Amino acid sequence: MGLTNTSTGAGVLNCCGLHIKRETQQDKIVALAGNPNVGKSTVFNSLTGLNQHTGNWPGKTVANAQGKYRHKDRNFIMVDIPGTYSLMANSAEEEVARDFICFGGSDAVVVVADATCLERNLNVVLQTMEITGKVVLCVNLMDEARKKKISIDLDLLASKLGIPVVGISARSCKGLDCLMDAVCSVTESSNELKPLHIKYIDQIEIAVSMIEPAVEEVLQRHVSARWVSLRLLDGDESLLKSLKAYLGFDLTDNDEILKWTVRARDFLREAGIPHDQLRDRVVAEIVKTCEDITREAVVFEKKECAERDGKIDKILTSRLTGIPIMLALLFGILWITIVGANVPSRLLASGLFHVYELVSQFFLWIQVPVWVHGILADGVFRTLAWVISVMLPPMAIFFPLFTLLEDLGYLPRVAFNLDNFFRKACAHGKQALTMCMGFGCNACGVIGCRIIDSPRERLIATITNSFVPCNGRFPTLIAIITMFFAGTAGGAFHSIVSTLMLTGVIVLGIAMTILISRLLSKTILKGMPSSFNLELPPYRRPQVGRVVVRSILDRTLFVLGRAVVVAVPAGLVIWILANIHVGDLSLLSHCAGFLDPFARLIGLDGYILMAFILGFPANEIVVPIMIMSYMATSRLTELQSLHDLYALFVNHGWTWLTAVCTMLFSLMHWPCGTTCLTIKKETGSLKWTLVSFAVPTAAGIAICFIVAGAARLLGIA
Amino acid sequence: MDCSEIPLNQLPMGEKANVAMLISDGAARRRMLDLGIICGTEIKPLYKSPSGNPVAYLIRGAVIALRSDVSEKIIVSVP
Repeated sequence: MGLTNTSTGAGVLNCCGLHIKRETQQDKIVALAGNPNVGKSTVFNSLTGLNQHTGNWPGKTVANAQGKYRHKDRNFIMVDIPGTYSLMANSAEEEVARDFICFGGSDAVVVVADATCLERNLNVVLQTMEITGKVVLCVNLMDEARKKKISIDLDLLASKLGIPVVGISARSCKGLDCLMDAVCSVTESSNELKPLHIKYIDQIEIAVSMIEPAVEEVLQRHVSARWVSLRLLDGDESLLKSLKAYLGFDLTDNDEILKWTVRARDFLREAGIPHDQLRDRVVAEIVKTCEDITREAVVFEKKECAERDGKIDKILTSRLTGIPIMLALLFGILWITIVGANVPSRLLASGLFHVYELVSQFFLWIQVPVWVHGILADGVFRTLAWVISVMLPPMAIFFPLFTLLEDLGYLPRVAFNLDNFFRKACAHGKQALTMCMGFGCNACGVIGCRIIDSPRERLIATITNSFVPCNGRFPTLIAIITMFFAGTAGGAFHSIVSTLMLTGVIVLGIAMTILISRLLSKTILKGMPSSFNLELPPYRRPQVGRVVVRSILDRTLFVLGRAVVVAVPAGLVIWILANIHVGDLSLLSHCAGFLDPFARLIGLDGYILMAFILGFPANEIVVPIMIMSYMATSRLTELQSLHDLYALFVNHGWTWLTAVCTMLFSLMHWPCGTTCLTIKKETGSLKWTLVSFAVPTAAGIAICFIVAGAARLLGIA
Repeated sequence: MDCSEIPLNQLPMGEKANVAMLISDGAARRRMLDLGIICGTEIKPLYKSPSGNPVAYLIRGAVIALRSDVSEKIIVSVP
């Protein structure tokens, strides 16, 4: 649910490729690399004061982000690159990370590592050191390690690796000064480091040295010739492509290099290392080096550090309790949202409509023309008031709660629990994660699909992302449920019935996600699920204060801001449509009348369908548009509570069936404008954008048609 | 010492074993290598997901969930 300014809209467009702009020549560029989920973004935020989204699951950062900090009167530009387990470019993120380390022109690379899991983290450290010597190892989560009785000898680590090593606890900002000092000294060109070089077995070393001179001559120290030679031996196509883009010519076009590469490979084969075994040997050597280093530098005072988490996970993921607990958590969050949003929503509504009265009177007092009053007060202000009072409270509660679960590390467990369904749908296991991101914002969910490597499965995840209701649609669902279904229950059951229904709608959304994924896998996106592995990170105590403040400031206000920006022109358009008459009827009525026959077929009416169409820029404004258009055709002006709203809707012919179909259509219709643009950008294809538009729409129309038809046939509506 | 070799997905929960061989190739194999799964690496199945697939394994201090199509291609030797 990475929904902040930096991860949506402008932030995405700004995310830097390889070209980082220095403000002055003295500015230093610092890359932030490391394994996924080791706290790179937390380090980044602490140093730059920015708010790159953080959360306890691997793969949040899918594109480079940059920020600045000052230290010792010097500017440092920090680039947060995606977390990777390796730099051998097995996936898109690894390519982004590797390309930046190779060609980003960084003056230093900080590799962040998890102190509780140092051995595996060293893999990327050693691989980075093969590319560049200017590396600082930042061992994060030292506090966690201490709790787990893991002690790390940082000095020994530094002398073994031959690079500066700094231990920090980024979440409590401990050790950041030391880190900045270390980075500063590494970027000073006078400071020559003597980083450890992994020595491979003799045959590989000989083969590398056969290619190296030819490569060195061409590369002229842009990139480590030894490393490129090793990759050439391995036949790393993706690096060759990046090198070609960077250098402007193809390395393999160089006869010398080509000749020596062929000879070196022949030599290796004769020495008993066929080409397909080379990668294994190289990796094994690196892994062995990691083992050797950690054996000396890391002491586990207690053997099994994953024990406590293991016990929790056995409950959270077991056959009997795994899925029920997941549903209970969902129910709990939604219940708190519905109950908690009730009162502030009412207060906001009455407050804002009080302001409306004042504005209205002020306009009358200064004697503005009637149409100006109509546009500004009745059109713009009232729509705005509805958007704010209906949207703000549920979002301000749901976002922080969801973020707390995310910070705790629960999302990977959701993916773990649901994986069986996705596997059977021939979809990627990480689709569960992108689906969860969709709860915040479908555009973010679509961007998040980058964590899925296989193009087929990424498309499936992209197309089905809008089947989970985003935050713009939650308030719509909540309002309709409260008005039409929970009201009859009354008393204490009121909120429980509402929550149960909302949970039901969301479960339906998840079921549709899986069903449609399966359909796509069997039809236009045929294929088998690709292999994947999902890391289940240790639980971490969420930073409650930070989460609440950040999710309200960054996410809630951001989404609300977007809604407001869209609501203002929409209110204007609705007012104009409702007040320009052609013949006896307003334009609004003409449009609604035109849509009405089809809308009736799927259990809606013309106004509702039009609200969905006009709500294309942002789902948040669908209900306000409905209200505006109903009000424009009636003389009702007092509209301060959901009860008045209920009366308004019923007056316009709403029944329980209309409410159900509106909810279903809200759950399943075209993705909003922002999401469509994001899909276009991510897939780079108009065709798949159209498919993403058409699939949920078709599903929604079909299901609403069936429900409405069945209810009418059975005579229950 | 007599060792029997079985695919990782047949290893009982909680029992440690060492990797004897990787029979996957291409991208799937490289992904295993990235996780530090090479010959000799110790792996311990920790717990199953509600449906029994995937399974969470303890690999080099990290908990990693693998689907059975991946774990059946990791051959481990059980002491």
